[in-house]
Amino acid sequence: MTARTHSTPWFLSLPGLIFFLGMVVLPLVLTAVLSFHAYDFNLGVRDTYTLSNYTTVLSDPYFLSIFWRTLRIAFITTVLCVMIGVPEAYILSRMWNPWRSVFLLVIIGPLLVSVVVRSFGWSMLLGSTGLISKASIMLGLGPVRILYSETAIVIALVHVMLPFMIIPVWTAIQKLDPGLESAAWSLGASRFTAMRRIILPQISLGVLSGSLIVFGLSASSFAIPGLLGGRRLKMAATVVYDEYMHELNWPLGAAIAFIVLVANLLIMLAYNRMIEARARKVLG
Amino acid sequence: MSFLTLNSLSKTYGNFTAVDAVSLEVGKGEFVSLLGPSGCGKTTTLQMIAGLVEPSAGSVMLDGRDITHEKPNRRGLGIVFQTYALFPHMTVAQNVSFGLEMRRIGKAERDRRVAEVLALVKLDRFFDRYPRQLSGGQRQRVAIARALVIEPPVLLLDEPLSNLDAKLREEMQFELRRIQQTVGTTTIMVTHDQGEALSISDRVVVMEHGRMTQVDVPAAVYDHPATEFISSFIGKMNNISGTALTSAIQSSGVILPATGSGAAEGEPVILSLRPERINIVPAGEGHLPGVVSARFFFGSHWLFNVETAVGLIIVSSPNTDRSLPPAVGQPVELAWAPESARMAARPQEVSRVEG
Repeated sequence: MTARTHSTPWFLSLPGLIFFLGMVVLPLVLTAVLSFHAYDFNLGVRDTYTLSNYTTVLSDPYFLSIFWRTLRIAFITTVLCVMIGVPEAYILSRMWNPWRSVFLLVIIGPLLVSVVVRSFGWSMLLGSTGLISKASIMLGLGPVRILYSETAIVIALVHVMLPFMIIPVWTAIQKLDPGLESAAWSLGASRFTAMRRIILPQISLGVLSGSLIVFGLSASSFAIPGLLGGRRLKMAATVVYDEYMHELNWPLGAAIAFIVLVANLLIMLAYNRMIEARARKVLG
Repeated sequence: MSFLTLNSLSKTYGNFTAVDAVSLEVGKGEFVSLLGPSGCGKTTTLQMIAGLVEPSAGSVMLDGRDITHEKPNRRGLGIVFQTYALFPHMTVAQNVSFGLEMRRIGKAERDRRVAEVLALVKLDRFFDRYPRQLSGGQRQRVAIARALVIEPPVLLLDEPLSNLDAKLREEMQFELRRIQQTVGTTTIMVTHDQGEALSISDRVVVMEHGRMTQVDVPAAVYDHPATEFISSFIGKMNNISGTALTSAIQSSGVILPATGSGAAEGEPVILSLRPERINIVPAGEGHLPGVVSARFFFGSHWLFNVETAVGLIIVSSPNTDRSLPPAVGQPVELAWAPESARMAARPQEVSRVEG
């Protein structure tokens, strides 16, 4: 009897456990092991172990600048997503059907299109012969080339990431008592003050969790920097790809991947602690 | 001189008329209840006074000033919401102080007034609690304190007691009245609970399908309901159909004494009789014989279902120790004073808008 009650939970979670071990833990362990292997340009991956991959990455200004760019772009994307997504979620929550459903679809719809297709769309818009450049020429402002710049990457990332910000914020707003805002107005608060003093503190949890998702996904994004950043502007994921596919230096690529993973993990854990502290304050 | 005036205030949503030409004059310091079933337009009326709903027609005058289109944050009215709408991330004191902050009142003055109003609602020991740490009744008090601290010309209460349990609701009714009389604020309360409206208001406005059907002091609304709907909505009422005689009606071969209405003899009428106005009397002294088919004990009174020739009659008798109450199956006779039984013309084909 006791044996059965003990084994049942394990048995029930077995499929998930196998999936998790096989799809997440095993590849991670293999990557970690690989990152400590030595590499020789003529002989390939050797069976000796070394820390040199890590020291190379962490001391090379080329790689460090890529890490720094990755963090910067992820951060800017997150800030822009907050600035655009929070008002958008608020407006969405104020809409009545059928408009609410229509606009929700407009926001979520892009997720149905492959990120590669969307990136190509942006590259057509942003290129030197693209629509934006042509419009600028027609206005007499001369050609603009946004493609293959950090701006292009940020624009496309914000576009892709917005739903991940809007949905948690929208959910938070849905949970609010609509009377709260009316109560603030009746006490003499302007719309703006009611928003700042009453609504924002209540939805801050949604904003923080949205930021966490957006930051994490942006920092590890691959297709967008790959297609819109061009050959020069590398981000963490694209440089890992380069090491694996062009340099064929798999151990070095694995080391970079691991450093990015750990850095991302640290930032997100720290951030998560902040969210939890905030949640304790708001929800008790 | 009326302090708050509603001039044929209306609200329509598409084809649906939520509030239909409501006109009301409320005197300074008066406590008026808007009473009606859900969907009768009482809350919409309150929200138009508050400025949270834009009226389709008509106007709202406050102290001689037209506030029909003024923004809610400029009206300065105190509102207690059905859900209380306390700010969850602020303490009791911060919640109450919010309205004063918006008025840019200095810290010392703010603290003094917050302490004063929290003492008024008997919450002086709860300054630093968060709303989630309070009981329903305490939250209600915070909501009242927050609305009153800004010294509003008019206090609007939207179903203030509906989220409380029965015992607490009764307690808060008296409490609400005490607070209102202490500060003397003109108050308008929306409620669907007739007991609540009758017990604490100076005047009751009965609303039905967006229209006001009766405006009167509570006792008059209870004793002289203007429509059959009001008589059945407020309290219990026995309605007996029959034909009019002089100061009586004839129904199913029985003659029942009654007063009222200029209905000519032979016209179809309805006799309305409150259960507590009927006495159970010894055989031979009553107007209407019957048999007790069920009885219910309510502590302060008994309720009897009596089967009679004119149908089921509900009788309520006070629980006095004078005699044993009639048992189920016992034949009884019912009597009442003619002035307690009101006769009214039977409504013919009343067309109603369903809402």
